[in-house]
Amino acid sequence: MTPPAATPIVRATAIHKHFGALHVLKGVDLEVAERELVFVIGPSGSGKSTLLRCLNRLEEPSSGSVVVDGIDLLDPRTDINHARQRIGMVFQSFNLYPHMTALGNVTLALRKVAGRGRAEADAIGQAALARVGLADRAGHMPAQLSGGQQQRVAIARAIALEPRVMLFDEPTSALDPELVGSVLQVMRELRESGMTMVVVSHEMGFARAAADRVLFMDEGMIVEAGPPAQIFAAPAQERTRAFISQIKHH
Amino acid sequence: MIETFLNAAILKAAWPILLAGLGNTLALSLLVVPLGLAGGVVLALLSTVRVQWVRWPLMAWVDFFRAFPPLVLLIFLYAGLPFAGLEMGGFGCVAVAFFLNTGAYYGEVLRAGIESVPAGQIEAARSTGLSRLQALAHVVLPQAVRNVMPDLLSNTLEVVKLTSLASVVALPELLFQARQAQSLTYNPTPIVAAAVIYFLLLWPVVRLLSRLENRALAGRR
Ligand SMILES: Nc1ncnc2c1ncn2[C@@H]1O[C@H](COP(=O)(O)OP(=O)(O)O)[C@@H](O)[C@H]1O
Ligand SMILES: [Mg+2]
Repeated sequence: MTPPAATPIVRATAIHKHFGALHVLKGVDLEVAERELVFVIGPSGSGKSTLLRCLNRLEEPSSGSVVVDGIDLLDPRTDINHARQRIGMVFQSFNLYPHMTALGNVTLALRKVAGRGRAEADAIGQAALARVGLADRAGHMPAQLSGGQQQRVAIARAIALEPRVMLFDEPTSALDPELVGSVLQVMRELRESGMTMVVVSHEMGFARAAADRVLFMDEGMIVEAGPPAQIFAAPAQERTRAFISQIKHH
Repeated sequence: MIETFLNAAILKAAWPILLAGLGNTLALSLLVVPLGLAGGVVLALLSTVRVQWVRWPLMAWVDFFRAFPPLVLLIFLYAGLPFAGLEMGGFGCVAVAFFLNTGAYYGEVLRAGIESVPAGQIEAARSTGLSRLQALAHVVLPQAVRNVMPDLLSNTLEVVKLTSLASVVALPELLFQARQAQSLTYNPTPIVAAAVIYFLLLWPVVRLLSRLENRALAGRR
């Protein structure tokens, strides 16, 4: 088991989320310790993305509390734009800005939010691109890059702001199988550098190798949580077992 | 026939008057297009606000000024408002009328452009800490403008043509000058010349537009 850390970087408590009549998150508690990698699995529609998006307030929880790096995200006095610099997010569909170069994508928030000058932002951006193995692609437009490269630029865009925690929402689901490895490699290196990460994904191999904890979500609740070996090999809940056997056969 | 409609001597005499008119038409266009665009950007940005008390008046505003004939609007501002003690002069009336009318049109075009940009773009920008307005300005609007460039150009074409309306408030733009020259010379040649000048002015834009539209079609395939 993961040793309990002194103060978790992420502490989400009793999160509920309603979309109209739809009750999508039904009282989710999640604590993520510093340097921990938490993996979230679960069937489509179970609320994984919504939970992740509550952690940087892209989605407003209906009730509950979210504290990240000591900042209460739901406090109306919190400067959410300032807080979000500490919370990197990577999306399934990359969401790179198509009208900007790779470097432009990485430096936009550095210049507009972090207040860096152009030269400084460019230097930080170049370093971030180098970390994801794309130093030589800085001047390329997203359309000139492969899916795997685009996703790595998206990771560079997030880490350039030196976040305390990174949220990944199915980062490899939209990729051709042969491009998945390069993105997972970057994520592995990020983890080795000590980044705290919450990853929604069904890459079980990666989870086994890199995750400290795996959460299984179903119907808006965390059904079961534990180390990857336990969740994948000997889940306690029938629902978890059924889901695991289903993704294994895909 | 040619003596009547394209009389060389009259053309020569009217030429300076027409040229001054052309200059004013260009100047007027350079004023009302940016004015309308600015109004359009504001309306389009407001249209992204999901608050009822913004949405409803905004919709009413845009509908009203799209339905209201610009000529009627201009004459109302010029000849009607002075009865309420508000005199803006010909130039002021043209500026306000175009701001209201073409702003509403540009606003609708830009709104469609903004809606064509996937929601993931603004989410990515917000997730890095950009404010709503920053995300719209740096991420959404540039893509929106590119996506609706043909419609923006075609609207601009309409706006330049509409500057001829300014003749009714005695602003000496191309049409007004041509009619002056015509009444001075008792000959339609200046009108014909003005038509030719309008055509020569706008035809390159029309060409550019069809090229853009063809490219957009090819891109969609
Ligand atoms: N903005 C939204 N409006 C309405 N319903 C939504 C919205 N976002 C997600 N949902 C619904 O919430 C449920 C959970 O979605 P999501 O969190 O995306 O699940 P997952 O990521 O696990 O597939 C789904 O039923 C989905 O249709
Ligand atoms: Mg999802």
